[in-house]
Amino acid sequence: MTGQANAGRPNQLLRNLNAKIASIPMILTAVVIFLGGTVWTVVYSFTNSKLLPRLSFVGLDQYERLWAAPRWLVSIQNLAIYGVFSLIFSLVIGFLLAALMDQKIRFENTFRTIFLYPFALSFIVTGLVWQWVLNPEFGVQSVVRSLGWSSFTFDPLYNSNIVIYGILIAALWQGTGLVMCLMLAGLRGIDEDIWKAARVDGIPMWKTYLFIIIPMMRAVFITTLVIIASGIVKVYDLVVAQTSGGPGISSEVPAKYVYDYMFQAQNLGQGFAASTMMLITVAIIIVPWAYLEFGGRKRG
Amino acid sequence: MAEVVTLNNSSAKASTATKPVAGPRGKKPRPMLSPRNIMIYGALLFAAAYYLLPLYVMVVTSLKGMPEIRLGNIFSPPVEITFEPWVKAWATACTGLNCDGLSRGFWNSVRITIPSTVISIAIASVNGYALANWRFKGADLFFTILIVGAFIPYQVMIYPIVIVLREMGLYGSLTGLIIVHTIFGMPILTLLFRNYFTSLPEELFKAARVDGAGFWTIYFKIMLPMSLPIFVVAMILQVTGIWNDFLFGVVFTRPEYYPMTVQLNNIVNSVQGVKEYNVNMAATILTGAVPLIVYFVSGRLFVRGIAAGAVKG
Amino acid sequence: MKLRLLAAALAATVVLPLGIANAADLEVTHWWTSGGEAAAVAELAKAFDATGNHWVDGAIAGSGGTARPIMVSRITGGDPMGATQFNHGRQAEELVQAGLMRDLTDVATKENWKEIIKPSSLLDSCTIDGKIYCAPVNIHSWQWLWLSNAAFKTAGVDVPKNWDEFVASAPALEKAGIVPLAVGGQPWQSAGAFDVLMVAIAGKDTFNKVFGDKDEAVAAGPEIAKVFKAADDARKMSKGSNVQDWNQATNLVITGKAGGQIMGDWAQGEFQLAGQKAGTDYTCLPGLGVNEIISTGGDAFYFPLLKDAEKSKAQEVLASTLLNPKTQVAFNLKKGSLPVRGDVDLAAANDCMKKGLDILAKGNVIQGTDQLLSADSQKQKEDLFSEFFASSMTPEDAQKRFAEIIASAD
Repeated sequence: MTGQANAGRPNQLLRNLNAKIASIPMILTAVVIFLGGTVWTVVYSFTNSKLLPRLSFVGLDQYERLWAAPRWLVSIQNLAIYGVFSLIFSLVIGFLLAALMDQKIRFENTFRTIFLYPFALSFIVTGLVWQWVLNPEFGVQSVVRSLGWSSFTFDPLYNSNIVIYGILIAALWQGTGLVMCLMLAGLRGIDEDIWKAARVDGIPMWKTYLFIIIPMMRAVFITTLVIIASGIVKVYDLVVAQTSGGPGISSEVPAKYVYDYMFQAQNLGQGFAASTMMLITVAIIIVPWAYLEFGGRKRG
Repeated sequence: MAEVVTLNNSSAKASTATKPVAGPRGKKPRPMLSPRNIMIYGALLFAAAYYLLPLYVMVVTSLKGMPEIRLGNIFSPPVEITFEPWVKAWATACTGLNCDGLSRGFWNSVRITIPSTVISIAIASVNGYALANWRFKGADLFFTILIVGAFIPYQVMIYPIVIVLREMGLYGSLTGLIIVHTIFGMPILTLLFRNYFTSLPEELFKAARVDGAGFWTIYFKIMLPMSLPIFVVAMILQVTGIWNDFLFGVVFTRPEYYPMTVQLNNIVNSVQGVKEYNVNMAATILTGAVPLIVYFVSGRLFVRGIAAGAVKG
Repeated sequence: MKLRLLAAALAATVVLPLGIANAADLEVTHWWTSGGEAAAVAELAKAFDATGNHWVDGAIAGSGGTARPIMVSRITGGDPMGATQFNHGRQAEELVQAGLMRDLTDVATKENWKEIIKPSSLLDSCTIDGKIYCAPVNIHSWQWLWLSNAAFKTAGVDVPKNWDEFVASAPALEKAGIVPLAVGGQPWQSAGAFDVLMVAIAGKDTFNKVFGDKDEAVAAGPEIAKVFKAADDARKMSKGSNVQDWNQATNLVITGKAGGQIMGDWAQGEFQLAGQKAGTDYTCLPGLGVNEIISTGGDAFYFPLLKDAEKSKAQEVLASTLLNPKTQVAFNLKKGSLPVRGDVDLAAANDCMKKGLDILAKGNVIQGTDQLLSADSQKQKEDLFSEFFASSMTPEDAQKRFAEIIASAD
């Protein structure tokens, strides 16, 4: 560890003192807000707090109710579908676009701007626009019908079975540009010599990408993964703006369940129980990985 | 002088590596109409259509009058161009009794975005620097907590933060809101800066240490001058995120500080009779204008910034 | 227009950074942002400004779900507004218990609210431990069926006089390409429609047993089964509404694209704004034309405890202004709701409002579900009915789940 090159200082606490002082905001955020807020949430999830947090414990009641609620089950299922597809498509589309952009094309700047601009818009705006484009009375469906194909049906936002894919379309529109940029940057970071060597060996291009380039872009994929995955877990605004969870409850997501039960139903305990379940799931997946990824490894 | 040489080398490498012409792929340029080019451009144009379609719909719709919207389809260009919806969205659209459109929130958004962006980036860059070059015991633990924090839905944190801010006496103030933005921007930004500083040549840092430079000297004299690209990336991410924020702006401040997105929400969600799609779309574009301009101006730097090392681990 | 300019000028003054704000500026938050609602709020603001104080408007669009967390955060965060709207009933109970809200008993006694507010249940909902904490401003009733005369003309059938006739006319409407019943996608709309069907079909006593006494057996019983059958009809009739907001659904009725809508009397404001006349352009059937009973929920203003003495005084003025007979008339005419006092003259009221006033005078009233159930139970009900209306869940399954919600309701 480089920073500790100045060995010989006797006092452990004083070592790297400036670095420690400089990290105080980070430590406070991590401990007080993220850790403290989480512990606070978990504690209150065992209470029957309604509008205001109150310490009157009811054991596991909130959790029993949560797992009996059809809406929560639908939310989990939706998040799973949305999460898997969103992850796969973001990475695949992002990578494909980046690979295309990396073929010494003309107008690279123009294309890049086109792919990236949706990221500048909020989810509220994204939801609104796609609600409009996918509206069966004005949007794609009516246009195709007016072209003569009168039985054409494309109304994902009004069909319970496919509504989550309607949301996915909008989410990919908003987010893949950033993924593309991250991937493109990763591709640009790879040494020309590797390509040359692959070409000399006669390895086909797709194989070079799949077996040589992608493994070399590990760090890019990790940064991208963190950004995409944290966005998936938190998905809320987009659903609210596009469908408000409808039709019925068919596009509900966990973050919305948390919010609705905390504030509309004024049942903080229930909302906290739901968010605790979300946090636990995230923690089980992320903590071991993050610790391995960021903890053990040495610099470089 | 060794480090100066390395410095020049590495920055030169970074910048050449990102110039489009230096892109390593492909063989020699060939005729435009080769099957390979048709495929590449075909795919790119197809993708571009998907990304541009909603923008096109937004712009076209915002230039139509309501009668035309009700009749026509959303893709047809306006028969009669009107700027009425734009004027209305900016200056006269009502929520409740306030009929001054988006204009009321614009400066508030600026007042929120600038300090929040600057402070959150300053703090995160120092964090990243400390994590990359001055690791101390426990630093990894805090960083892991931070990364997990990126996955916590914001809504869950509202009450704990209301309590913290109340105890600090900052609830409802601009300062409080800036702190909140700094907190929630920290995980991803710290990750970016940490990765970036880690990717810089280690010799640089070692040489400076040998010369007796301390924590802050190295940060300001060596690291900062080399880090323009990553600062651009951070700036873009933060400006976008903070400018588009609705929840924090409305929950943690009082009405005189409400950002533009609050008016946008009010315009979009207050239906007065029929939904005025044209006004909604104009309001949408106006609200998105600032981050969009930031993108158009600095988009090139964005990729370069990430390429320059933000994603090397 | 003048008022709007005034409001804009006022808004400009508050944007000034924290200066010595005029002591009598009172920020009032609410979620009344639809056309009719905004016009009604303007009346309140006008009346309050006439007292020499200033109404600083803090409208937050997107219904109570968006606005309420903001209001609650600000009150608990120690930066409260001057006054705020809540659906009165149980939403603000805990804020009162936490000592964050202001006791209005003095104003209420001085102005004799106990005598003038009719029905008295409105004031009861504001009363906690014998003290009064809110000022009711209107009575909203849910039990209305709004019908488009034009739609029925197009379909070639008479405008129905009750729910059964309406159901019978549905095929004709559908044939003419008209959606028989407009139901917006927001969950509270389908839940509300069910409550209305319950009063109309199962009657007042059953309604009170289910929501008042939380009687699980009745909720699972044959009377409610009939209601679910009717809800099943309503579900079939509402296919193809494809709108979210309640006033977009109302707009379908106004434009004759839908035959009817089950919606509270606030829909009236939208008809009025569109220049339509009760009787000729549209028809209203209280209690769905079956049981002429209306619920008496409504809106009320609560006043957070403030430190500033001047503002506290202004709060008193606002509270008394809200119940002033003149304000009551002006506000409620615009809002389409009924006044909270029985002694005001509503000669300007239209046919539908007069029907409502008659029913009120006869005392055919029930309490609203907002007053009877906690927000939590209401939300569970909303989840159930929004799912029911959008899926093919059988009425029997839905009733079973409904009975479970009632069993655990508080």
